[in-house]
Amino acid sequence: MSFAYDKLMGGKNGLTGFIILAILILIVFPLLLDSFRLNLVGKYLTYAFAAVSLVLLWGYGGTLSLGQGIFFGLGGYAMAMFLKLEASSPENTAIQSTPGIPDFMDWNQLTELPWFWEPFSSFTFTLVAILVIPALFAYIIGSAMFKRRVGGVYFAIITQVIAVILTVLIVGQQGFTGGINGITDLRTLNGWDITSDSAKNIFYYVNCFLLLGVIIASRYILTSKFGRLLLAMRDKEDRVRFSGYDVANFKIFIFCFAATISAIGGAMFTLQVGFMSPSFVGIVPSIEMVIFAAVGGRMSLIGAVYGTLLINFGKTAFSESFPELWLFLMGGLFIAVVMFFPNGLAGLWQDYGHYITDRFKSVKNLFVKPASATKATTVENS
Amino acid sequence: MGGYTYNELGAIFAMQGFAGISLFSVLLLMALGLAIIFGQMGVINMAHGEFMAVGAYTTYFLSTLTETYFPGFMPYYFLFAIVLAFFVAGALGYFAEYALIRHLYKRPLDTLLATWGLSLIMQQTFRSVFGAREVSPGLPDWLLGSYQPTEMIDIPLNGMFVLALTGLVTFGVFYLMFKSSWGLHVRATTQNRLMSGAVGINTKKVDRYTFALGCGIAGIAGAAFTTIASTGPTTGTLYIVDTFMVVVFGGAASLLGTIASAFSIAQAQSILEFFISGSMAKVFTLLTLVIILMFKPEGLFASKVRR
Amino acid sequence: MLTNNTDYTLAIEDLTVSFDGFKAVDNLNFYLDKNELHVVIGPNGAGKTTVLDLICGKTKSTSGSIKFLNKELTKLSEHAIVREGVGRKFQTPSIYENLTVLENLEVSYPRGRGVFGSLLFKRDQAVMEKIYDIAQQIMLDEEMHTEAGVLSHGQKQWLEIGMLLIQDPQLLMLDEPVAGMSVKEREQTAELLNKICQGRSVLVIEHDMEFVERIAHKVTVLHQGKILAAGDMETVQKDPKVVEVYLGH
Repeated sequence: MSFAYDKLMGGKNGLTGFIILAILILIVFPLLLDSFRLNLVGKYLTYAFAAVSLVLLWGYGGTLSLGQGIFFGLGGYAMAMFLKLEASSPENTAIQSTPGIPDFMDWNQLTELPWFWEPFSSFTFTLVAILVIPALFAYIIGSAMFKRRVGGVYFAIITQVIAVILTVLIVGQQGFTGGINGITDLRTLNGWDITSDSAKNIFYYVNCFLLLGVIIASRYILTSKFGRLLLAMRDKEDRVRFSGYDVANFKIFIFCFAATISAIGGAMFTLQVGFMSPSFVGIVPSIEMVIFAAVGGRMSLIGAVYGTLLINFGKTAFSESFPELWLFLMGGLFIAVVMFFPNGLAGLWQDYGHYITDRFKSVKNLFVKPASATKATTVENS
Repeated sequence: MGGYTYNELGAIFAMQGFAGISLFSVLLLMALGLAIIFGQMGVINMAHGEFMAVGAYTTYFLSTLTETYFPGFMPYYFLFAIVLAFFVAGALGYFAEYALIRHLYKRPLDTLLATWGLSLIMQQTFRSVFGAREVSPGLPDWLLGSYQPTEMIDIPLNGMFVLALTGLVTFGVFYLMFKSSWGLHVRATTQNRLMSGAVGINTKKVDRYTFALGCGIAGIAGAAFTTIASTGPTTGTLYIVDTFMVVVFGGAASLLGTIASAFSIAQAQSILEFFISGSMAKVFTLLTLVIILMFKPEGLFASKVRR
Repeated sequence: MLTNNTDYTLAIEDLTVSFDGFKAVDNLNFYLDKNELHVVIGPNGAGKTTVLDLICGKTKSTSGSIKFLNKELTKLSEHAIVREGVGRKFQTPSIYENLTVLENLEVSYPRGRGVFGSLLFKRDQAVMEKIYDIAQQIMLDEEMHTEAGVLSHGQKQWLEIGMLLIQDPQLLMLDEPVAGMSVKEREQTAELLNKICQGRSVLVIEHDMEFVERIAHKVTVLHQGKILAAGDMETVQKDPKVVEVYLGH
C-alpha cells in the first residue's frame, strides 16, 4: 500500500494534486460544459499527453525535443488510417473510379491501396502500431544521437528538422497521405458511429483515464532509481557515466517512452476530433507543446496538464475575439516563462500557493478546534 | 534521368545551378550571421529568419518611399537599402540582446524558446504593419533581365548581383573576424570567456555587438532575398530550418565549412527540384543531411579539439 | 605489443596519446600492485590527469596498452571500464548537488545499472546497510538527508570518494582529493585513504607534498608525458632531475 502511495502518487501532496486534477476533468468539466465544449477540452487534453512527455524528457531528462509533433502525428495518423479504411468500404465509395480505396487516393489517380496502408485495416495492428511505431522511430533517432553524445540545442534542432521533413512529406505525397487537408471524413470505429455525442463523451472519459494512467506511469518512473539517475545526468553526466551507467540507454528509453505517450495523445485526438492533418505535426505544434509544458512547469507532470488547458482556453478565447493579439501574447508568454517563471504555474503555486491554502485553513480553523497551525506545504512534487 | 540528352542535362545543371546561386547566397548570408552568434555565445537564434524579414521589409519600405517621393532615385535606392537593412536589423539585434539574450546565457535551451517567442512577436508586427499579403519592392532595371551565353542557358542578373554582394559580405566578415582587433576579442571571448574578461576585454560589449552583427548580416540577406522572391510575415520561418542545417552541416566554427555547406545544400535542392517536385527535393535534401549528421554529428568541417 | 599476463593490478605499457601532434603522454610504462597506494606528482601539464583519463576511458589512447587485472581497457567504453572495477574521482568534486547524501550513494550503488534494472530497483536492507557502512567511513553518517549541494568542500570530496567506495572498485583513482581542504580534513582524508587501500589499489594525483609523504607507498614523477623518476618518497625527493624540474623552484 505504501509502495503504491509513494511510487505512483508521489506522497501526500502528489496524491492531493492528482485527485484534484481527476475531479476537475472527470466530474467538474462534464457537469459544467455542453458536449461541444467538452469535446474541445477533450481535444486540449490530447495535447497534454505531449506536454507530459516533455516534462519527462525536457524537465527531468534535460533533453529538449522540438519534434514531439512527429510522434503525436504518427499516433494520430495510424488511427486515422484505420478509420479511413473503414470509412472507405467498397459500398461507401462505389462512385469512385476505384471503389474501396480512400477518396483522396482516388482523386490522385491511385488505383490500388499502397502496401503500407494494408495492415491498418486491422484494429489490433493499429493499436500496436500506435504504441510501437513512434517508439521505434524514437529509438532510431535516439540511438543515433545519444550514443554519439549529441544533446542540447543540437538535438532540439535535429528533431525540429525531422518534424519539417515529415510535414513536407505528408503534404507533398497527397495520394498516399491526404496531403495538406489530412485524412478527413472519419465516421465509424468497428461499426460504431464516432461522430455522435455519446461516442464523443465516451472518448472524453477514455482520454481522461489514459491521461491519468500516463501520469501515474510517469510518476513511477520519476520516483524510481531511474528518475534520480535522470536528474543526476542532467546535473553531472560524466559522474553518472563513470559510475558505470550507459548514459545513452537511459536517454533513449525516456525518449521512446515520451514518443509513445505523445502518440497515444495523437490517436485520441483523431478519435475525438474526427480527422488528422499535417498541421499537428510540424514546427509550430511541436514548439507549442513545449510551451504547454513550460507554462505548466517543466518539472511538474500535473502542471503540464494545467498549462495545456490554460493556453488552449486562452487561444480559443483570443482567436475568437482578438486574433491579432494572440501571437503577441503567445510570444510574450514564451519570453516571460523562460525569463521570469522558469518553473511555470507549478513554481508559482509552490512559491505563493500557501497564501491560498493558509487562508482556506484559517477559515476552517474557525470552526474546528484550533489545532497546531502547521504551515501548508503544497509542493506539487511529481 | 532517362529522356534527356547529355547536352540537355548539361544545360539543366548549368541553369539550375545558377538558379541555386541565389538560394546559396541567401542561405550563406543567413548562416554567417547565425554561425557568428552561435559560435560566440552558444545561442541559437530562432528569430534569425525574422531579422532577415526585417531587412526585406526595410528594402520594401525604402523602395515605396523612393517610388513615391523621388522616382528619379529609383536606380540607386537598392544600394542604400542594403546598408539600411544592415543597420535596422543590427539595431534591433542590439536591442534584443540587451533586453533578452544577455539574461539567458548558459541556458541555451531557454534562449531557444525565448527567441522563438521573439520571432512570433516580430511576425505579428510585420502582419500588423505591412499586412498579411506578400510584398515585393520595385527593383531597379539593371537588376532585371538575364545574360544568355548560349541558347539554352539563361543566367539571371539578380543572381549574379546577389552573389557578388554575398562575396563582399563574406570577405568583410572574414576580415573582421580574423584580421581586426575586434575579431581577436571575439575569438578570445569564444575560447575563454573568463580569461578574456580578466585581461580587460569587455565581454558583454563583445557579445552585444556580435549579436547585432549577426542580425545585421541577416538584414543584408533580407535585402538580397527581395530580388528573388516576395516577402511575407512568415518568410523568415521558411528559411530558418535550412539555415540551421547549413550551420550544423558546415561545422559551426568553420567559415569555409559554412560556405561549402551552403553551396552543396542550395545546389542539391535546386538541381533536384528540376527532376522531382520541390517538396520532394526538400525532403530528400534534408533527409540526407539528417542521416549524414547522425553519423557525423560534428559536421563536415569541424576541427578535432581536445575535450 | 606485449601480451603476457602479469600479477599487477594495473599494467600500462608503451602508452601514448597525442592531440594534433602534441604528445600529452609519451610512451608511458607504469605498474601498480595490489594493496599499493601510489601517488603521481609532477608540474602542471605533465600529463597526470590525462593518464587517469586514459585509464578510465575518457580519452582514447593513440597507441599502447592498459591492462587491468590482465584485461585490456583501451577498447572498452567508459561504463564498461567502471563495471570492471575501476573508480575515478574528478578534480573538482563531482557529486549530484540536488540529491541528498543518501541518494547520492544510492545512485552509485552497483545494482540496477541497466534501464530496466533501475526502474525495478528497490532500496532494501542490503542496500541501506551498505550505504550506512560507507557513510560512516567517509564521516557523513550524520548528514544522510542533507542535500549534497550544501556540504562543505571537504565533505563533497569525501562524498565522491564514498560514491566510488560503494562500488567496491579494485582500482581507485583520485584526482587531487585534498584540494581545498582544511588541515584537519586533510588528516582525516589521509586516514581514510590508508584505510581504503586495504585489498585494492589506489592511484592518487596530488600536489600537497606533506600529504603525499603521509600516504604514499610509492611515488612517480611525471614530466612532459614521461616518467622522470619513481620509487619511495625519499628516493624521489633526492633525485637531482626531480629537484631540477619540480621541487627545485
